[in-house]
Amino acid sequence: MQATDIANPDYFHKVVDCQWACPAHTPVPEYIRLIADQRYADAYMVNWHSNVFPGILGRTCDRPCEPACRRGRVEEEPVAICRLKRVAADFKGDVSAMMPRPAVQRNGKRIACIGAGPAAMTVARDLAPSGYEVVVFDGEARAGGFIRSQIPKFRLPEAVIDEEMGYVTDLGVETRFGQRVASLKAILAEDWDAVFVGCGAPRGRDLDLPGRQEAAANIHIGIDWLSSVSFGHVTKVGRRVIVLGGGNTAMDCCRSARRLGGTDVKVVVRSGFAEMKASPWEKEDAIGEDIPILNFMVPREFLHEDGRLVGMMFEKVHAETDAKGRRQLVPTGEQLIRIDADDVLVAVGQENAFPWIERDAGLDFDARGMPVVDEVTMQSSNPRVFFGGDAAFGPKNIIWAVAHGHQAAISIDKFCRGEDVKLRPPPMVTLASQKMGIHEWSYDNDVSLDLRFKVPHQEKSRALASIKAEVELGFDLALAFKEAQRCLNCDVQTVFAPKLCIECDACVDICPVDCITFTENGEEAELRTRLNAPAHHLFEDIYIADGLKTGRIMAKDEDVCLHCGLCAERCPTGAWDMQRFLIDLAQVSPQREHSCAR
Amino acid sequence: MTYLPKPRLHHPELPRNDLGFTRRDYEGAISTLCAGCGHDSISAAIIHACFELSLPPHRIAKLSGIGCSSKTPTYFLGNSHGFNSVHGRMPSVLTGANLANRDLIYLGVSGDGDSASIGLGQFAHAMRRGVNMTYIVENNGVYGLTKGQFSATADRGAKNKSGVANNDEAIDLVSMALQLGATFIGRGFSGDKTQLVPLIKAALSHRGAAFIDVVSPCVAFNNHAGSTKSFDYVREHNEAVNFLDVILSRAEIVTEYAPGSVREVTQHDGSVLRLRKLAEDYDVSDRIAACAYLQHRHAAGEIVTGLLYVDPEAEEMHDYLGTAIEPLNGLMEAELCPGAGALAKVNAGLR
Ligand SMILES: Cc1cc2nc3c(=O)[nH]c(=O)nc-3n(C[C@H](O)[C@H](O)[C@H](O)COP(=O)(O)OP(=O)(O)OC[C@H]3O[C@@H](n4cnc5c(N)ncnc54)[C@H](O)[C@@H]3O)c2cc1C
Ligand SMILES: Cc1ncc(C[n+]2csc(CCOP(=O)(O)OP(=O)(O)O)c2C)c(N)n1
Ligand code: SF4
Ligand code: SF4
Ligand code: SF4
Ligand SMILES: [Mg+2]
Repeated sequence: MQATDIANPDYFHKVVDCQWACPAHTPVPEYIRLIADQRYADAYMVNWHSNVFPGILGRTCDRPCEPACRRGRVEEEPVAICRLKRVAADFKGDVSAMMPRPAVQRNGKRIACIGAGPAAMTVARDLAPSGYEVVVFDGEARAGGFIRSQIPKFRLPEAVIDEEMGYVTDLGVETRFGQRVASLKAILAEDWDAVFVGCGAPRGRDLDLPGRQEAAANIHIGIDWLSSVSFGHVTKVGRRVIVLGGGNTAMDCCRSARRLGGTDVKVVVRSGFAEMKASPWEKEDAIGEDIPILNFMVPREFLHEDGRLVGMMFEKVHAETDAKGRRQLVPTGEQLIRIDADDVLVAVGQENAFPWIERDAGLDFDARGMPVVDEVTMQSSNPRVFFGGDAAFGPKNIIWAVAHGHQAAISIDKFCRGEDVKLRPPPMVTLASQKMGIHEWSYDNDVSLDLRFKVPHQEKSRALASIKAEVELGFDLALAFKEAQRCLNCDVQTVFAPKLCIECDACVDICPVDCITFTENGEEAELRTRLNAPAHHLFEDIYIADGLKTGRIMAKDEDVCLHCGLCAERCPTGAWDMQRFLIDLAQVSPQREHSCAR
Repeated sequence: MTYLPKPRLHHPELPRNDLGFTRRDYEGAISTLCAGCGHDSISAAIIHACFELSLPPHRIAKLSGIGCSSKTPTYFLGNSHGFNSVHGRMPSVLTGANLANRDLIYLGVSGDGDSASIGLGQFAHAMRRGVNMTYIVENNGVYGLTKGQFSATADRGAKNKSGVANNDEAIDLVSMALQLGATFIGRGFSGDKTQLVPLIKAALSHRGAAFIDVVSPCVAFNNHAGSTKSFDYVREHNEAVNFLDVILSRAEIVTEYAPGSVREVTQHDGSVLRLRKLAEDYDVSDRIAACAYLQHRHAAGEIVTGLLYVDPEAEEMHDYLGTAIEPLNGLMEAELCPGAGALAKVNAGLR
């Protein structure tokens, strides 16, 4: 194998599994250390810089970082990265002084953001401090998009949304709320230097089955129903409720129904339990609220009597793999199953709709009716129009919307400067030794053996009594500290200097997880088979260094390294060093005079 | 200055042996030796060997004298019996323990100062008595613990850290062990575990006095240019006579080798030592030839390593003495105090 080029920012970035997996590349171990250090405001600002909505995300994020977390590979569960983010938000105190100020001087460029969801608000946050005049349009009265209209208040209190949307509008962002934009052409005719479309994926799929029309009064499209609940238009539901669908929307529907009078709420899903789209913790919470999840049942008919819904019929199926190896749901042939119900909530998926974008507005749409958008630059086929969030590639989640927002902001900035949007700015990288003494490091390298701590929940009867009572209470500071200590500090990198190594094997002997091997070089596939421990996780790189006296190579499997620093402590020559890797992904930089206080 | 214990977390695919233990279960406390000390690698090799042999930790007794090397039993086999004896006296304590309880597996760990300087007499007698044990000398040519004075195994002409040469002739413990009748003799290097681990495994499964001299650089006091026990020097002058595989049961033997290139020795416990020859005509069963070979190669400036001598049919001290099979702690009052009649018989036999 070739010696590893550790100067390539991607190499060590990838070792920080959580940060690499985070679409916005939040420096996770950095903020977790700040929490352990009781520097909650600093921890919040590290988050705010990367993901803009730490308080919101700390309660709702899809957390792609957690399945990636190294801790999950060395013991049972990953670090509670997401809920630690909430700790930073809960205990930060007043951070207004740490926020960037509105630009003193405008640069003369005007940007229109359509939609006030997380994607557009990220664009606004990134562009406004550097002098852009940003105007955000939304049909709703307040900012937040689906965060406000869809996510139930028992998962995310309104005050958190108000606060974090407020940090963005405080940057001198103009809002024009309460009126939907009716025409993109009209917008393009105005003198905007660039337009960002962050209008989301607002249409819920319907189920066209026998009885749908007749029983319509008690059949609701999930996301429409949830926003009616959010805005207080719906305050009651029938006693017996069927929720159709296995995604997160279904979970929010069933849990909301439990709080609005549904005492017998069931979720019915076509697929098996494991294949459901909902996150494991959402399913767990639903089940915890006495909501059975019935799997492998395909809806066949809405039953109605005297114009009123009375229930539904379902067909039992099971999964079979066909000749081509595809999984298919095949009827079992059993009798149809009847479930009685007073209301049905249909949460079987979401679609994009762009009724306000004329097809002759100079934008290309693909066969599925989606705009043609560049995945890196977020630019559409009309160079002045950029997309992000659910509007760009279909429904995803908040953190992806934020990530898109950052990239779109960079592109808009470049576009307005007349630069090539395809040339992306490089990240800022620092690598600094953490050595303080022979056995002392400026990070806490003692590896905690604690298993993941559970976030305390509101007592169930109280939680179910109100649609607004927040279920999760968040970690208290003592629990937060202990959970923070579970983080392995994967950003403190093992950096190897072959010239110093005397090949004494001390690092090999001490390494608790057998990461390090000194051996003959070979092709990667073959080399992976003869390391001191099997290296099956091909995604995780092998760090290769040559230039040793014996002609062997040093091969370190990054996979389960605990970043404990013992290799560096035991090395007699300092050939191993523990160096903190900080990667600051490029963003539009605020005006110098008012640079963000981080 | 704090020494963190090694985290208990281990590789998710860490294998388990026949007893259900992982290699980590054979570890001890965190080492307090200098970072990079060869002795720590030997500890790691002992851990590997005991794990691979599936030895029950509570049936092993590790004994040592004084020195950095003699401290190491704290750093491995944390669940075994241990005895840190007086400087140079480990062999006597081990012999006594073995006489009292022959059922334990005895592992003596010593240094070149401990065994070749102050303890030379002890070393010699344990060898000639054929005590059933594995005796490892962690040989760095200096008294590490007392800050690097030459020991009795330092080569004549080798220079200490301040450039002063050693004028005394070196004692070669391997040659002595050959001459004194040890029935398993090897030499390894702390920097080569592929060679060392099988050597230790073979010694542990040998019945009789097994001796391994392990050259083990002292990074603090004897790893400079001019030293003959430094990593660089040993790597340059290491001449292995064979490559050893220890095969625990006949069933595992699969690989075929060209005739003549491989020799298999079946030990008393059924384990098979497969030796792939590196030096032509080196015969591990010829004690006298081995002595001569070592002298020749030493004169040529080489450090001969590998399995150097083995007698698979060896006898041991208990055979010579005709002692009771049962350990003393298993003998009951009836056996220990057979009564006046039995005493009268013994006395009559001496009249
Ligand atoms: C029930 C439910 C629960 C969810 N829970 C989570 C969760 O827990 N975690 C998570 O990460 N994600 C969750 N999501 C997904 C998440 O809400 C979205 O992915 C995210 O909000 C998308 O952000 P966005 O910026 O693309 O647009 P959106 O948040 O969809 O906002 C779009 C905004 O644009 C406005 N708009 C649209 N058209 C116009 C127009 N023509 N003129 C003016 N304004 C317009 C809309 O009013 C809306 O406010 C959930 C989604 C649903 C449906
Ligand atoms: C009876 C006695 N004499 C002298 C000493 C001082 N002493 C302690 S360790 C040591 C030498 C140890 O050398 P070695 O066995 O080679 O061990 P190393 O530290 O080199 O591993 C000496 C002389 C002692 N502890 N006891
Ligand atoms: S930091 Fe070093 S000793 Fe610790 S797990 Fe990683 S490679 Fe092993
Ligand atoms: S401990 Fe240091 S000198 Fe020894 S092998 Fe490891 S890197 Fe090389
Ligand atoms: S002084 Fe030498 S022998 Fe003792 S621990 Fe240090 S390196 Fe090892
Ligand atoms: Mg010594």
